[in-house]
Amino acid sequence: MSVNPRLYPLLATIGIFCVAYAICWMQFPAMLSTRVVGNLLTDNAYLGIVAVGMTIVILSGGIDLSVGSVIAFSGVFIAVLLRDTALHPLVVFALLLGVTTAFGAAMGWIIHAFGVPAFIVTLAGMFLARGAAYMLTIDSVPIAHPFFEALQSAYWLMPGKGRLTLIAVVMLLAVAAGAVLAHRTRFGAGVFALGGGVQTARLMGVRVGATTVGIYAVSGFTAGLSGIVFSIYTGSGYPLATVGTELTAIAAVVIGGTILTGGAGYVAGTLFGVLIMGLIQTYIVFDGSLSSWWTKIVIGLLLLLFILLQKGLLRLTAARA
Amino acid sequence: MLLSVRSLSKSFPGTKALDDVDFTLRAGEVHALLGENGAGKSTLIKCLTGAYRRDAGEIVLDGAPISPASTSEAQALGIGTVYQEVNLLPNLTVAQNLTFGREPRRFGLVDGRAQRRMAQEMLSGYGLDIDVGRDLGTCSVAVRQIVAIARAVALSGKVLILDEPTASLDAAEVRLLFDVVRDLRAKGLGIVFVSHFLDQVFDLTDRVTVLRNGRRVATEVTADLDRLRLIEHMLGHELDAGKSDAPRDPAGADADTRTELLRFRELGRRGVVEPFDLTVHRGEVIGLAGLLGAGRTESAELMFGVRTPQTGRTTDAHGPVSHATPREAIAAGFGFAPEDRKTDGIVADLSVRENIVLALQARRGWTRPIPRAEQERLAADYIRRLDIRTSDAEKAVGDLSGGNQQKVVLARWLA
Ligand SMILES: Nc1ncnc2c1ncn2[C@@H]1O[C@H](COP(=O)(O)OP(=O)(O)OP(=O)(O)O)[C@@H](O)[C@H]1O
Ligand SMILES: [Mg+2]
Repeated sequence: MSVNPRLYPLLATIGIFCVAYAICWMQFPAMLSTRVVGNLLTDNAYLGIVAVGMTIVILSGGIDLSVGSVIAFSGVFIAVLLRDTALHPLVVFALLLGVTTAFGAAMGWIIHAFGVPAFIVTLAGMFLARGAAYMLTIDSVPIAHPFFEALQSAYWLMPGKGRLTLIAVVMLLAVAAGAVLAHRTRFGAGVFALGGGVQTARLMGVRVGATTVGIYAVSGFTAGLSGIVFSIYTGSGYPLATVGTELTAIAAVVIGGTILTGGAGYVAGTLFGVLIMGLIQTYIVFDGSLSSWWTKIVIGLLLLLFILLQKGLLRLTAARA
Repeated sequence: MLLSVRSLSKSFPGTKALDDVDFTLRAGEVHALLGENGAGKSTLIKCLTGAYRRDAGEIVLDGAPISPASTSEAQALGIGTVYQEVNLLPNLTVAQNLTFGREPRRFGLVDGRAQRRMAQEMLSGYGLDIDVGRDLGTCSVAVRQIVAIARAVALSGKVLILDEPTASLDAAEVRLLFDVVRDLRAKGLGIVFVSHFLDQVFDLTDRVTVLRNGRRVATEVTADLDRLRLIEHMLGHELDAGKSDAPRDPAGADADTRTELLRFRELGRRGVVEPFDLTVHRGEVIGLAGLLGAGRTESAELMFGVRTPQTGRTTDAHGPVSHATPREAIAAGFGFAPEDRKTDGIVADLSVRENIVLALQARRGWTRPIPRAEQERLAADYIRRLDIRTSDAEKAVGDLSGGNQQKVVLARWLA
């Protein structure tokens, strides 16, 4: 049975993850415990969620630079509202998701209606959301609410005493939902079509405007959801948080095998991209003597490796075809 | 009347592409739309299908006025179209392209297996034996063309529009397509057919409408029309019947007596083309014939260094010629008009002038820019000699009609 060449980058990502995990395990046998796995998922939950939206944006040939700021805004929004009002956290979450989704949709509309590159529009969105976070507060605001604390301590016990936390589950669900949306719906087909070429997509009957608005709305939604998860994870809202997370998310997407110019990739790959990055971090923690800057260096190298790998695979498939 | 268009007008900056055009299509007829490059055929089609918004005029389908604002709206009305630039997505599979917008769903989700089955059914009858799970980008232009046609046929409940569908098909494929078209005609569809091959027009169509410079000059029954009159309609002046048939080069007919220009020996690349020999003589035009997938395109690409040959040597009168990359091939005086104009041939955002001088500039090296006046002279010269229809030399190539874009690609290598 032959494997579709389109799957190569995804398989390569999964392969690298397995090899990396095996190396870690040989050095630190403790790494093969459900505790480590649970932590890996929990620590990277917010990144995984935001990376799902980013994958869909990148698949369509776009980019969303605003998400890091939106996560920070979300944390501050939740913290301030819970401090200053009597609203239930679930109501606050719903309000927040409404705001961030509308924010994303508005960016999508500007991108489509005025033909402005997504890079510029979302760059403006990045400053806007960061500024809005500062307007709410300039300090780190702790979140103290009984329901919130319940969310923070919610987990399922896995065999081997590992904890599958609520936010890890939310992340896995987000990945699954993102995968279905991208690969199994007509909206998803439109996303891939846009990534293949906007003019062509239009002639094939894609409603370019509605799809573009939808894509950035999804990204706004996942950024908001990621903000909720991040606030649960840290227990506070801070306007200076998650600076540069948009770039980390883009790196995860690319390491996950999605092509930066759009039109090809898998949401599931992004999960592995996130996990590979998390794994490097875990390794450094286990090692203890390495500086955490090594994470950045290894991620940089991995990113380079992946882009080269993608090029190589493309050439290979071109030669075989 | 199935479809009638009244007083349709459409302008682009600097051009009136359609000027007060009337057009009618009956159910059960194949209606040819003819005209020189740039006459406005594709523009008329794009106004019908909602790809362009018309400036003025009226379109009536089945008695009801329509105004499709998007191609999806036109598709929903039962108008299926193959555009001149084969418009499908190379990054999706054949099945995804065929079923795009009408994917079979189960519980609201796209059902991959049913999708492939549906795609296979759509392709049956075109004699195409390919895996519908393949990426379209890995298929040849002819296969893409057939896929585009199959898609349009499936979408056309009432009207099927084919804008130069035969440009990259061979004779057998054209016959197949015509059978399909005749079948649809018998079912009562209205079919609009654009082609520059007059034989095909006489073979297939019932009526002919001729456009010239954005105006309708004639609509006639094909059977009542003779070839000469048709061409006169298209050109707008009378034709000297004898002139065009005269052999151009009565002396140099025999290849052996000509001087040899270039000799390819054992040129090949593993998995692409088996080694082949080819000798080119001065003043000679060589046709590369073969079936789909025989390696015609690939052979040409080897010769121009688009794919680097792994075996073989090439010599001219002065010794070995190296053409491992397009850059080297250009330096050796080769030119290349690729199969897929849109992605490989033109730089759509550059002007006609810039596209024409591109190869010449590459040969001279970037340190010796061609003076602007010289560029303008060259551009004007080729626009005149190849009769490129453009409002001026500074127009972006992407805004020219399909045929005129092709002429710009040619002009680049002639310059
Ligand atoms: N998007 C556009 N912007 C500006 N001008 C355009 C555009 N599309 C077409 N035109 C102009 O409109 C005129 C008619 O073009 P059209 O594509 O309809 O010609 P055509 O009859 O299809 O020619 P061909 O046989 O070469 O395909 C041409 O002069 C062309 O330059
Ligand atoms: Mg045309």
